[in-house]
Amino acid sequence: MLDAFASALALIATVDAELAGIVGLSLRVSLSAVFFAGLLALPVGAAVALFHFPGRSAVIVLLNALMGLPPVVAGLMIYLLLSRVGPLGPLGLLFTPTAMVIVQSLLIFPIVAALTRQIISDLWEEYREQLTSLGAGRLRAIPTLLWDGRYSLVTALLAGFGRAVAEVGAVLIVGGNIAGVTRVMTTAIALETNKGNLTLALALGVILMTLTIIINGLAYGLGQFARRRIG
Amino acid sequence: MGAVVRTLPIRLEGVAFEHGATRLLGPLDLTFEGSQRTAVMGPNGAGKSLLLRLCHGLIAPTAGRVRCGVAGAPTDPRVRRRQAMVFQRPVMLRRSVKANVLYALNRRGIKGRDARSRADEALSMVGLQGLGSRPARVLSGGEQQRLALARAWVLQPEVMFLDEPTSALDPQAAQAVESTIQRFHERGTRIVLTTHSPGQARRLADEIVFMADGGVVERAEAEAFLTRPQSRQGQQFLAGEHTVSPAVHPRREDSHHE
Repeated sequence: MLDAFASALALIATVDAELAGIVGLSLRVSLSAVFFAGLLALPVGAAVALFHFPGRSAVIVLLNALMGLPPVVAGLMIYLLLSRVGPLGPLGLLFTPTAMVIVQSLLIFPIVAALTRQIISDLWEEYREQLTSLGAGRLRAIPTLLWDGRYSLVTALLAGFGRAVAEVGAVLIVGGNIAGVTRVMTTAIALETNKGNLTLALALGVILMTLTIIINGLAYGLGQFARRRIG
Repeated sequence: MGAVVRTLPIRLEGVAFEHGATRLLGPLDLTFEGSQRTAVMGPNGAGKSLLLRLCHGLIAPTAGRVRCGVAGAPTDPRVRRRQAMVFQRPVMLRRSVKANVLYALNRRGIKGRDARSRADEALSMVGLQGLGSRPARVLSGGEQQRLALARAWVLQPEVMFLDEPTSALDPQAAQAVESTIQRFHERGTRIVLTTHSPGQARRLADEIVFMADGGVVERAEAEAFLTRPQSRQGQQFLAGEHTVSPAVHPRREDSHHE
């Protein structure tokens, strides 16, 4: 075990090409998923926080519930959509990084949207009278609230990234874990462990854990920075 | 930017505000006009803050109507841009001192060099020059309230509503805020403020609107009210006997008119 761990560290230290490829793809896929999910989830979360419409409560409950969406279920849904006989089959996206971005976006969206709703809702409670007095109604308040809640919202995006980068079931189903094409850290760890190649699995595990710690550190540091910077 | 619409006089006609089955204010008739300074006084729960929010269009009356100027409702954007309000607890946007003032100007379509120049003038007016780049939320309570005043005054409102602007401040900070309010008045802004303090009312107001139990009980020249209140509630209030109004009461048909 210690030998495997030492070999894993050596792989990291020598920047092994296979390892770097897997880590690079993982980051590209997960960061893209955060970008696309955030693009939609931030305004949707803000809109749900600020506007009253029929079924709003159901939407809030659904968003909160979907924060715990089982990745394999998400993977299955996207698989059915992208499979050859599915409605989006002709696009030929199954078993590509794009499919993995789509499924991770689906997993991240409810997390970012639900957290955004809560953050913007709290901020609106505080700002409502002042912004109304200054002539900014609910619609015009959205950019203001998103900007003033920026540090909390980045933390929400980091939470989404953490969920995406650590997820295995969904990307395995829609990505297929094809070496050099769709193999990411989590699927590689699962595969290499099964094969008994603990060196690569451990090296990826160390990197994944380090990433997780960095993400949490960033979230904490951002919170501290925000407190100092904007009070 | 649309044509300038006057927000004065502000007329409340049969205005009432209810929450569920509980009447919190009115029905009352009241007019604010002219350039004098008005202090709305009364015990807690008398409806003072509600009155200001109704006049500023932050809440809508459940009965009656509020008219501003010739024909405008306080929710009319053209009317609202001629009014400003400062709250008991100032709400500071999560940005710098100057950015808070610029935000208010930007909402009125004033941007660029003109906005920066006006923001600097407003900050100087309240004694916050040199603090423009500091985060607004790390200012002291008194400084935050003066920033809120600057943010309101920079819009050059015809009338400014101030909801207990010094109640959370120490005497020194309160004095600085009072001086600022006085300067606004001298520059032509109609002041309507709520206060519990007879001393502050004497310093800042020309007339008193005294409220109790959701209605206007008495309206008089400041000195006259503060030395010889005509109503029993006014006498009790100034004697310190009546500090809480039984504001939560069943809907009633009787009212306290002027």
